[in-house]
Amino acid sequence: MAERFTRLTSRTFVMPQASIDTDQIIPARFLTTTSKDGLGAAAFYDWRYAADGAAIPDQPLNTLDVTQHRILVAGDNFGCGSSREHAPWALLDYGFRAVISTSIADIFTSNAFKNGLLPIQVDEATHQRLVATPEREVTVDLEQNILIIGNEAPIPIAVEAFSRRCLLDGVDAMGWLLHRTPEIEAFELKRAGSVVT
Amino acid sequence: MSPSPRTLFDKVWDAHIVSPEREDAPAILYIDLHLVHEVTSPQAFAELKQRGLRVRQPQRTYATLDHSTPTRPPDAAGRRPYITPAAEAQVETLRRNCAGYGIPLADWDSPDRGVVHVMAPELGLTQPGMTVVCGDSHTATHGAFGALAFGIGTSEVAHVLATQCLLQHKPKRMRVTVSGALQPGVSAKDLTLAVIARLGFGGGSGYVIEYAGEAIAALDMEQRMTLCNMSIEAGARAGMVAPDEKTFAYLRGRRHAPQDQAFEDAVAAWRTLRTDDGAVFDREIALDASEITPMATYGTTPDAAAAIGAPVPAPMTESERRALDYMGFKPGVATTAESVDVVFIGSCTNGRLSDLRDAAAILKDRRVKPGVRMLVAPGSESVRRQAEAEGLDRIFTAAGAEWRLPGCSMCIAMNGDFAEPRQLAVSTSNRNFEGRQGKGARTILASPATAAASAVTGVLTDPRTLAPEVGHG
Repeated sequence: MAERFTRLTSRTFVMPQASIDTDQIIPARFLTTTSKDGLGAAAFYDWRYAADGAAIPDQPLNTLDVTQHRILVAGDNFGCGSSREHAPWALLDYGFRAVISTSIADIFTSNAFKNGLLPIQVDEATHQRLVATPEREVTVDLEQNILIIGNEAPIPIAVEAFSRRCLLDGVDAMGWLLHRTPEIEAFELKRAGSVVT
Repeated sequence: MSPSPRTLFDKVWDAHIVSPEREDAPAILYIDLHLVHEVTSPQAFAELKQRGLRVRQPQRTYATLDHSTPTRPPDAAGRRPYITPAAEAQVETLRRNCAGYGIPLADWDSPDRGVVHVMAPELGLTQPGMTVVCGDSHTATHGAFGALAFGIGTSEVAHVLATQCLLQHKPKRMRVTVSGALQPGVSAKDLTLAVIARLGFGGGSGYVIEYAGEAIAALDMEQRMTLCNMSIEAGARAGMVAPDEKTFAYLRGRRHAPQDQAFEDAVAAWRTLRTDDGAVFDREIALDASEITPMATYGTTPDAAAAIGAPVPAPMTESERRALDYMGFKPGVATTAESVDVVFIGSCTNGRLSDLRDAAAILKDRRVKPGVRMLVAPGSESVRRQAEAEGLDRIFTAAGAEWRLPGCSMCIAMNGDFAEPRQLAVSTSNRNFEGRQGKGARTILASPATAAASAVTGVLTDPRTLAPEVGHG
């Protein structure tokens, strides 16, 4: 079940590269797990560690105080690639709580919402300001649907209504779907007969 | 008044709406077929267990072992060479979950086991007009049958296991119309890479694509699967092709397809699954197939593709510069002089029989260049059996290639099949991301014929220079 998300104020960490794919967020060889836990150690692993396993010293992800940098600002088309939910699990376990980009891949967005990692899509101008000023203090207010950069005027954000409600209330889509079982049963009865496997 | 014209996608979508979208919630979409593999399912089953839920429709669920599975045979004692104990534990977890929840599984000893998107169509599980999902982004493959098929995350795998439904906002509609005919020696993969290069890596984001036009109608089912498979590489949710006589002929007699009169009835219904005249798409793209020549990627996203032999375009962005740095390629210079270290034939994109036939046609009476490692992983046990019956395996091994067991293998490189840092691989798979085929490894995506030709010459090679007519998959 996703953690509640209402309001978050933190500094940004900027990764300006476009199209950061899920293989960068967590390489496939770390997917042989049956758990959701502890994947932060594998987050951006191949960017953080050399072939011999040594931490790359000038890689900021290795020294970042993530408790002060909960908001990841990334380049366009963030989270593209595979459907692995391990990507938001890894980012959350690493310490991020929100991702801001000009566009965020479909499946990643869906996966992120379900785990309480807030994906926020912003326009090009806002994005450029965030990229140009790393370490900025940013407030994400999901209740009011606004983003505040430093002391500037609030910027409205569009967050998908159902996922927003789930995050604000700390409820999840599974419970909501289970609640609709009578409709699902009725649908199945209506088109009975097609057995698959 | 006649009903307003609808697209193929609209028809499949509408037929699966349990509850329409409303202001405060997405639509509830019913799922006909849920495919499951070992990597993206364990946490979903754990959620079911934790909540005390059952699998709502085990008979609409079908599982296989493909991603973490070794492609080398077991030892004399029957032990399989898993890369790590965790990989083995993951496979065992799926076997246990399938047994516990009554889900059919193509297990190690099953003649049906295969890469999920190769296996399901072979078994006739995938049918026109269905909704098909899997915790795997290449689920779009099944759109080749006129199904609405897309990848989902593990939370959604749990939703479908427990409710057979998903919450979905309706994607937008795009049509990619491909006119003309592919030239001899130009394959479906070349067409696919050309489409993605045209759309751009995120260009399909938010859309379901319908592929249409005479060049699409001319493709056989395996070629259509190659095309639909990579729809996600343009960011699209799904790709679809309207079912036709080729689709019906492919399905006739397959184990899970309707049989006898039920099949004839199904075909009559499937014939209605086409875009009505006058239906409107949110975006239309047109390509001419006759202009396409064998394609290969040069960057680290699948849309960074160009004709083999063309100079690498100058990078326009920081990301493109970074990609060329990673690949070690220079703007203005063709990539055909770079030494190739590894060739991989297989995957849900190009691991089917016609793909292996292409590669074998190139390799027959030729040798893999010394110093090049070539791996062939058939897409399924069925593909393996047919290939061995035709002697393709012997062509591969005689040429110096390794003939492996079915699995995702070096496409995702999580089972122990990987390329070394800085090695250059020509691969028939679907992703050339940094490190996708091994930490630091560099990937060129291409067709089976191109990959095989490159194995022979040791450099990226237009297969028409070795065999002008080979080039199907």
